[in-house]
Amino acid sequence: MIEKIVKIVNKAGLHTRPAATIVKLAAKYKSEFFIYRDGMSINGKSIIGVMTLAAEIGSELKLTFEGPDEQQACDEIVAYFERGFDEL
Amino acid sequence: MKSFKDIYKNSENKIAGIAAAPGIVIGKVYLFTKEKLEISKAPITNSEEAIINFEEALRQSKKELNKIFGIAREKMDEVRAAIFEAQLMILDDPILLSNIEKRIKDEMIQPEFIVADEISKYQELMIISHESYMKERAHDIEDIKHRIIRNLQKKRWQSKIEKNLIVVSEALTPADTLLFSRSESLGFVTDHGGLTSHAAIISRSLNIPAVVGTHNASTLIKDGDTIIVDGFHGYIITNPTEVQLNFFTEKQKKLYEIQKGLEELKDQPAVTMDGKEVNLEANVDVTGEIDIVITSSAKGIGLYRSEQILNELGTFPDEEEQTVIYSKLASRIYPKFVTIRAFDIGGDKFRFSEYKEPNPFLGLRGIRFLLENESLFRTQIRAVLRSSENKNIKFMIPMISTLDEVWRTQKIIQECKSELKKEKIKFDNHIKIGIMVEVPSAAVMAKDYAEEIDFISIGTNDLIQYMMAVDRGNDLVSNLYQEFSPVIIRTIDHIVSAAKESKIPVSICGEMAADTLAIPLLVGLGLDSLSMSPGTILYAKRIIRGFEFKKAKTLAEECLQCKTEVEIQKKVKKFFDDNNISRTRNIL
Repeated sequence: MIEKIVKIVNKAGLHTRPAATIVKLAAKYKSEFFIYRDGMSINGKSIIGVMTLAAEIGSELKLTFEGPDEQQACDEIVAYFERGFDEL
Repeated sequence: MKSFKDIYKNSENKIAGIAAAPGIVIGKVYLFTKEKLEISKAPITNSEEAIINFEEALRQSKKELNKIFGIAREKMDEVRAAIFEAQLMILDDPILLSNIEKRIKDEMIQPEFIVADEISKYQELMIISHESYMKERAHDIEDIKHRIIRNLQKKRWQSKIEKNLIVVSEALTPADTLLFSRSESLGFVTDHGGLTSHAAIISRSLNIPAVVGTHNASTLIKDGDTIIVDGFHGYIITNPTEVQLNFFTEKQKKLYEIQKGLEELKDQPAVTMDGKEVNLEANVDVTGEIDIVITSSAKGIGLYRSEQILNELGTFPDEEEQTVIYSKLASRIYPKFVTIRAFDIGGDKFRFSEYKEPNPFLGLRGIRFLLENESLFRTQIRAVLRSSENKNIKFMIPMISTLDEVWRTQKIIQECKSELKKEKIKFDNHIKIGIMVEVPSAAVMAKDYAEEIDFISIGTNDLIQYMMAVDRGNDLVSNLYQEFSPVIIRTIDHIVSAAKESKIPVSICGEMAADTLAIPLLVGLGLDSLSMSPGTILYAKRIIRGFEFKKAKTLAEECLQCKTEVEIQKKVKKFFDDNNISRTRNIL
């Protein structure tokens, strides 16, 4: 299992569009993908789940990946967070 | 003849709200209630059958949403229509669906209960969030939950209603508003919502009279009632008396006649009797309004409020999305031009930090906000430039209060241009950059600004508010919000003279331009262009064609000598009488 801490860096935070993109990215991989925030865990493959996360700029989230393609999944999704959801 | 005041003063059957879209309609009510669904927790015996029913409900829901998504794409633009896309994705959410199916099998109770229970869990998480957009999001989720359950109960989807009814409802989702507009609804009345709610925006763009924010109209009005919706003043009359009916029928007739008379003006220029032409331009909030602009005989778009995109999306569109919106706008209006105003938002509208401004109107607004959030400003500038290839876009900066802000903005624009050149992307290298003069400090220094920029647009709403130090929303002082104050007239004169000296165009884009009473005075002061809501353009044209510029100029000169608002108003009204121009205000 891979664990990563990511920080929200875009102004508008984790709003609907990035939420949808994250879910679409996660769906490409077999690995399990979870997002943790304030003791809450959300399955990263669930759009309705990811939509409940009100993650504003500056907030930190823990991501976990587990499965046969965990490294690729982690690389692609973490990079998307780091690029500020392509909104920088 | 009675006036509106008389009619409303003693009416106990009136309901007040916010005038969201103009027009008067009299008609029968369709009371649209989101049926409160009874959710059964009854046990089931066959889980396989229940799951088949559940899957069928999902399929049906998808079909409905796809239809709405289709209408939305046709009536709104791609990016705005995307709010429905997230809803569609939820219907395919593997985690949500497998949880629901598993629970149906394990617990052997009605799927509708499980659906409600599962989705509500997410909604509760959203509602406890401090972010206001999360509450909006919870409403969207409610819409989906309701849709699935209704389909599980095999209840009909109310996508069509009888034609020519007035829809009254607690709230209307964007989906509802779009669908009802297809049933030729006469008007919309809602308990909730403000001027920027979806229902309001869509009604305006579709030319359907609407009154929103009535608090309780949907409980006071019954299905089948006859009501009058006055989208000019923001009132509803329930079960009108004969006197009221006659009054409003008469108004409707007059309105119709005016509009018919106005139609004939469409192909005529907005020129005074002695040949001075005035550019009448349109203010635009949503892309859907462009059709109205095109048929309104506007000379172009004098003000495109780009921040409305945020209002509708709830988030910042990225460069690509903005490029799509602006390019579409520019190509639809071509060969006329569009003036895009940079995002005019304050810290109170989109919260990016914990700091709550004690006085947002004197805070981080307009250009101040944009310079603080430069990367965001750059996405807009790049998108505007990328859409300017056909040379029919102008770019306008709001809330300028120092010359330094102009220089910094110009520097950023220059940098964006260099980037685009390197990237070999085509754009209008001579794109006109102008400023809004709406802060007293900019008005005083108008001449210095005029030397630096390509055009000036006077934003009267804020200018009056800041000049008079009055919040017009505050009833205690709103009487000091005076359009015809000598201070305002002299300030406008000062700005116009400065612009003329530097030979740059000057226009007005506040509500004052749409006040038909103000038109001769503004023309007399030498304004080249007036920008107003597309619906008022023909009214303005009729007035302009009714007087001589020479006389308007004399009127302006006289008004510049006045010391009080009352004196100026008197002179202006006398001008209308002397020149035999009927004022729309008297009729409406």
